[in-house]
Amino acid sequence: MIYHDLVIIGGGPAGLSAAVAAKESGLDDILIIERDYVLGGILNQCIHNGFGLHTFKEELTGPEYASRYIAMVKQLEIPYQLNSTVLDINKEKEITVVSSENGLETIKAKAIILAMGCRERPRGALNIPGLRPAGIYTAGTAQRLVNIEGHMVGKEVVILGSGDIGLIMARRMTLEGAKVKVVAELMPYSGGLKRNIVQCLNDFDIPLKLSHTVINIDGKKRVTGITLAEVGPDRKPIPGTEEYYSCDTLLLSCGLIPENELTKQIGASMNPVTSGPMVNDRLETDVEGIFACGNVLHVHDLVDYVSEEAALAGKNAAEYIVNEKAMTDEKETNVIKLKAENGVCYTVPQSIETSTMADKLTVRFRVADVFENRSICVYYDGKRISKKKKRVLAPGEMEQVVLLKTSLEEYPDLKEIVIRTEEES
Amino acid sequence: MDKQICDVLIIGGGVVGCSIARELSKYHCNIILVEKEEDVCSGTSKANSGIVHAGYDAKPGSLKAEFNVKGNARMEELSKELDFEFKRNASMVLCFDLVDLPALEALLERGRANGVSDLSILSGDEVRRLEPNVTDEVIAALYAPTGGIVCPFGLTIAMAENACDNGVKFYFNTEVLAIEKTNDGYIAETNCGTYVTKYIVNAAGVYADKIHNMVSEVKLNIIPRRGEYLLLEKEAGKHVSSTVFQLPGKYGKGVLVTPTVHGNLLIGPTAMDQTDKDLTITTAEGYDEICVKAEKSVKDIPFRQVITSFSGLRSHESGNDFVLGEPKDAEGFFDAAGIESPGLTCAPALGKYLAEMVAKKGRFEENTDFNPRRKGITRVADLSMEEKRKLIQERPEYGTIVCRCENISEGEIVDAITRTLGARSLDGIKRRVRQGMGRCQAGFCTPRTVNILARETGIPLERICKNGTGSELLKEEGYEYDLS
Amino acid sequence: MEMRELTCIGCPLGCSLTVTMEEQTITVTGNTCSRGEAYAKKEVTDPTRIVTSSVKVEGGVIAKASVKTSSDIPKGKIFECMKEIRACVVKAPVRIGDVVIANCAGTGVSVVATKDVECL
Repeated sequence: MIYHDLVIIGGGPAGLSAAVAAKESGLDDILIIERDYVLGGILNQCIHNGFGLHTFKEELTGPEYASRYIAMVKQLEIPYQLNSTVLDINKEKEITVVSSENGLETIKAKAIILAMGCRERPRGALNIPGLRPAGIYTAGTAQRLVNIEGHMVGKEVVILGSGDIGLIMARRMTLEGAKVKVVAELMPYSGGLKRNIVQCLNDFDIPLKLSHTVINIDGKKRVTGITLAEVGPDRKPIPGTEEYYSCDTLLLSCGLIPENELTKQIGASMNPVTSGPMVNDRLETDVEGIFACGNVLHVHDLVDYVSEEAALAGKNAAEYIVNEKAMTDEKETNVIKLKAENGVCYTVPQSIETSTMADKLTVRFRVADVFENRSICVYYDGKRISKKKKRVLAPGEMEQVVLLKTSLEEYPDLKEIVIRTEEES
Repeated sequence: MDKQICDVLIIGGGVVGCSIARELSKYHCNIILVEKEEDVCSGTSKANSGIVHAGYDAKPGSLKAEFNVKGNARMEELSKELDFEFKRNASMVLCFDLVDLPALEALLERGRANGVSDLSILSGDEVRRLEPNVTDEVIAALYAPTGGIVCPFGLTIAMAENACDNGVKFYFNTEVLAIEKTNDGYIAETNCGTYVTKYIVNAAGVYADKIHNMVSEVKLNIIPRRGEYLLLEKEAGKHVSSTVFQLPGKYGKGVLVTPTVHGNLLIGPTAMDQTDKDLTITTAEGYDEICVKAEKSVKDIPFRQVITSFSGLRSHESGNDFVLGEPKDAEGFFDAAGIESPGLTCAPALGKYLAEMVAKKGRFEENTDFNPRRKGITRVADLSMEEKRKLIQERPEYGTIVCRCENISEGEIVDAITRTLGARSLDGIKRRVRQGMGRCQAGFCTPRTVNILARETGIPLERICKNGTGSELLKEEGYEYDLS
Repeated sequence: MEMRELTCIGCPLGCSLTVTMEEQTITVTGNTCSRGEAYAKKEVTDPTRIVTSSVKVEGGVIAKASVKTSSDIPKGKIFECMKEIRACVVKAPVRIGDVVIANCAGTGVSVVATKDVECL
């Protein structure tokens, strides 16, 4: 058995930022476990620019953003272990990890930060009818093959899903010499940034078909074509709207799912909306000493927010280890539930413990639909305490409200905070 | 490769062909198996329910009934000999309506007539005690403790490897185009040369009619009957523990809900007759039909956890039974045709039966060197901590996890590629070690597996395939789309 | 008089902008804020983009090193620029900021590495 104070599972943007913050909070004995051969996670393949405006006040590519944090980790001499996969974690915080270099090891930690990220929704989970030939890739798999391995995955491409990864890959494939025939989106709006629609599609005359989906895949060995159809408000295909596109590749950019198999093994309670664990204001799951941050907690829109959230997890985990005794001895704590309603899908965190709450708490959430002229309202036990008007709200963008400890202290018996959207008259 | 000479030419590397190959390798004879796809287990054998039927379903006296019970009895011992996954998880046939009770009792009687042991009829409450997720609509069920589940890839590949180790030669990507009768046997023309043989075994699955009709005037007609399935995540795998069928009633033939040997939940199949012999599409209608029917049996199925859907083609022969042995007008040509459900269960017994028939005809002597044992691929996930530690120490490649959903190591993938009849495609690896069969459906591991396959086989990257020529995964570099 | 329809990229609102160009005067309508006007004017007079891609690496632990143009280039030069990027091969090790192509496609802008690639 190997012992460490803090073990961070995942060396992507969340894990790196958590490690830096934990170290800067005075914790020394930290280990980052990463399954890839480099740190940086998915940023290594996100070679486009647009990262870091909040964190570094400049526009960076994914690998550059990662390199800034990797440099901090190295400078702070935080140990990390590459090419290592965590097989199991239990409630006693014993981590089973395997690698070629070190074999099978068990590490016992005082605290763990889960930062495993997310995965893409595959074709099978989308129930796209048709054949199952080669040439169907999730956008991220194609991105890795093209940007890191240096392989071209296809020549004539159709993309389903207009989230940012789908849009970015439309441009990327075009620049590498492929013909992207169309990007189809099931919803009546794109989940991607306007900038990406303009610069990844419009710049190259790639049509975007909203309220469309793939209803058939052709090709016994390799994709030979797909059929698109328009969908109605029920998202079911409308007969008579079918259009055939010949192509050799179908890229799927249809949503990300937090990768929480280890979290479930530990027995932490899960939130069915985020597919991530339930956490309190310290980003601690309901298994004491196990924290979560980044896309494993909920899928973020900007890496900058991942870094910010992860830093909080790192700081809290460090405090938990340093003050373990004090925390468990805590006399009484008021637990306030956070509730999302009326157009707000979820909140992270889902609860606040007043005794340990920081002076300022950022609550993040997403909305359920594209809303114009609504306000985001916060209620304390039924009483509205804030209202912020928003000209536009979109599911693709994460929203946030900041709660102040001082304002909560005015309501000592507070049980529930509701965050909801309200229409502006 | 222009001309090959053998005693027995087996056409088809599905579960039946591989079973016959293995059983025939117990005799001294020269056996060749030809398969038109790039690997064994590439047709009907790869896409089915994976059920080891108890044997109450088939009409007493039919070949299906006889071989079902024999095959079921043989499966456990075979799974130990050949190291593939099999579990006797019991099966039940649910009855939803009082008017159908006589039909349920008839099924019990039929099972007893077929020689199925330990059958009983349970009340609705007894059923729900065993299977708490069965719906309240269920009023009774036929219970068959001998029912089981098997990995169809595991079974087929194990028999193929063992046959190969015992001397059977396998030729892939080899499609029989014509067969000619000679004085003392047959000449089969393929896309890869000529095979001169004394005997032919026709185990060509949905194509068995085409092969049969090349030599016989007593024509066969095999209708590909497509069945669609849904596969759910392992998290859903304990939703039922036994295989749950539905008694055919006024709602038509039902679907089954079953755990798989690997712990997923499998639901299906539909049944749609078609003419195309390799159009394995899934449809929106099929998906809806499966969901509606399955919910009649089992409540709260987490359809959100579907990780993939697939379809397979059953070889339905118009005569509604297996067609086994020599047609009257084609001596030395042995059919194993029309092998639809419960064909997978029957395969071990069918192989033995046909091999004995061919061996008798050819007066082959017993091969005393026959080795019945085959060792499967070591699965790191199944080992104890101590065994894992030791293995990784000796073979570090078992410490590198490639498929993170199923925790498949590089060592397992290399074993799948380098062993007897090793995988040559991504699907071949998947069927051997389950790489890419998990929830991400190969999203993360495809780039790495492609590299390992290329490294181990020397196949250039741009020729690495999903499942044979034409299914290349990557395009050659430097391609520029012609904008004109 | 020339008219162009654009989508503003300033925020998720994505205002539909109409730009009217007459002699030296450019008028923008449909914008909600001043950012929209500035964006539209730049987009019709001097549209520029940062190009990100990757170049082949010889002797590196991975096959490709990611690159970007060190500043915006004219939008019309994207494909010319890509032609040079795709023809470019560098030797490992590669360091972030290394100039891999100077004055790419005559734009006066260089293409720089955005990733470290160690030697094999």
